[in-house]
Amino acid sequence: MTTTRRQMLCLVGAATVLPAPVAHASPDSARQALQSILGNAKPQTGRVTIELPPLVENGNSVVVQVSVSSPMTAQDHVKAIHLVAEGNPLPSIMTAYFYPENGRATFTSRIRLAESQRVWAIAQMSDGSYWQGHADTLVTLSACTEER
Amino acid sequence: MAQARTLITVPAQAKKGELVLVRALIQHPMENGFRHDENGRRIARDMIQSFRCSFNGKEVFRADLQGGIAANPLMQFTLLAQESGTLEFLWEGDNNFRAQAKAQLQVA
Amino acid sequence: MKVFLRWACWMLVAHALWAQAEIPLDQRQSGSVLLSASNLALQNDPGLHPASLWLLEGEALWKTPPSSSAPSCASCHGDAQTSMRDVATKYPRPRGAQLQNLEGQINQCRVQRQQQPAWLWESAPLLSVTSWVAHQAKGKAIDDFASPHLKADLAAGRDLFFQRMGQINLSCAQCHDQRWGQKLAGVVIPQAHPTGYPLYRLEWQGVGSLQRRLRNCMNAVRAEPYALGSLELTRLELYLMWRARGMPLEAPALRP
Repeated sequence: MTTTRRQMLCLVGAATVLPAPVAHASPDSARQALQSILGNAKPQTGRVTIELPPLVENGNSVVVQVSVSSPMTAQDHVKAIHLVAEGNPLPSIMTAYFYPENGRATFTSRIRLAESQRVWAIAQMSDGSYWQGHADTLVTLSACTEER
Repeated sequence: MAQARTLITVPAQAKKGELVLVRALIQHPMENGFRHDENGRRIARDMIQSFRCSFNGKEVFRADLQGGIAANPLMQFTLLAQESGTLEFLWEGDNNFRAQAKAQLQVA
Repeated sequence: MKVFLRWACWMLVAHALWAQAEIPLDQRQSGSVLLSASNLALQNDPGLHPASLWLLEGEALWKTPPSSSAPSCASCHGDAQTSMRDVATKYPRPRGAQLQNLEGQINQCRVQRQQQPAWLWESAPLLSVTSWVAHQAKGKAIDDFASPHLKADLAAGRDLFFQRMGQINLSCAQCHDQRWGQKLAGVVIPQAHPTGYPLYRLEWQGVGSLQRRLRNCMNAVRAEPYALGSLELTRLELYLMWRARGMPLEAPALRP
């Protein structure tokens, strides 16, 4: 639901536009973020699972879990996982770096999402290959906030 | 000034070869610089930029945080239990922010 | 006798009307039932719940003397787990001349027993200690606030709950007694019981008090919010606690 429609529907004006000077990421900034991770490499789809709740009650704190299937041996492991949120003013969220000592290439964190969007997880393997996965989520807004 | 509150959750003991869940929580506003105060002024950016975990002195997990991480950030990852030792955690960020924590892991 | 009978009749009628306006006691539910699976997991796991950080701070403040000449909370109250085990279920209550909520009581101790300046409302140390104290009563049933000393304040709090407010001209009761479970702007309206306070609100990205939340509600109906610590908000808090009598305390909870 776009913020304009929300405001029209809201009886008590509870919804506000989420604060951001750049309210939405342009498709360009998301593409740039992905570009700076991948360079010229072409990512393959698969092996990467990113889990987000399909519906989020408040974009301020969204639990995200990423797992990449990999034997995590010294010869064959995940080196890094990059998180990119297409709809955020700053699409690059974080990069997690892994070692064979992790046993499994997985991490969980809490991120902020400015609006309903697609979040990408891109895994960089020790053999130089890139793999990607994504999840879509709908972000709603709390009722009765401090702002009018 | 006391450092930021941290909470590390790690099982006290693990069997060799077991996969151990490590959780690190820290109290921090993670101000992204996009919010405004009640007078309309932009609240300055104040973010944690990196999180590092080492085990017996060797780095075993690292995260570079660029933006969009929630306040009071959580990092959860796994570790293969091979030997007993000390986990050390380090957070660094804007305004010379620095916080450390430690936890012990007993591996049988 | 006649006067008494007339009074008794009116009391019965008033009570019947009052009781009808309330949510039936067995239909009451905490806001936790509305949490997503993801957020419920956060609330129920101390290793994930952000409010755990405030609990750690509260515990440290409880044990630490504020100055070399002042006692710590622990000096008088000992182990909080024992001495505070149901305290939070009984507030607000009159302390001296004033109706105090738990935050007000903590500040009263701080000023009178520790000779320290009162902590500001919603300040980190006050929220931390309040969370720590409230947490000791987690799982205990909220009091029934039946004391005759509370009658007037309770009635005043009830009036506030039923009073239309703001440019939007809505009362608390219209949403939270009459339309709970329905949706407002895509969000399910909760019954609005204060079982989880102080709580971590994702919207605030921190822990806050019930009175802060009540001020948010007043903003939403475009009313000028009462001040933190005001008699109005404390009376409303009393009514909300009475309305939730018997429900288990969940402090500190997590809410969107």
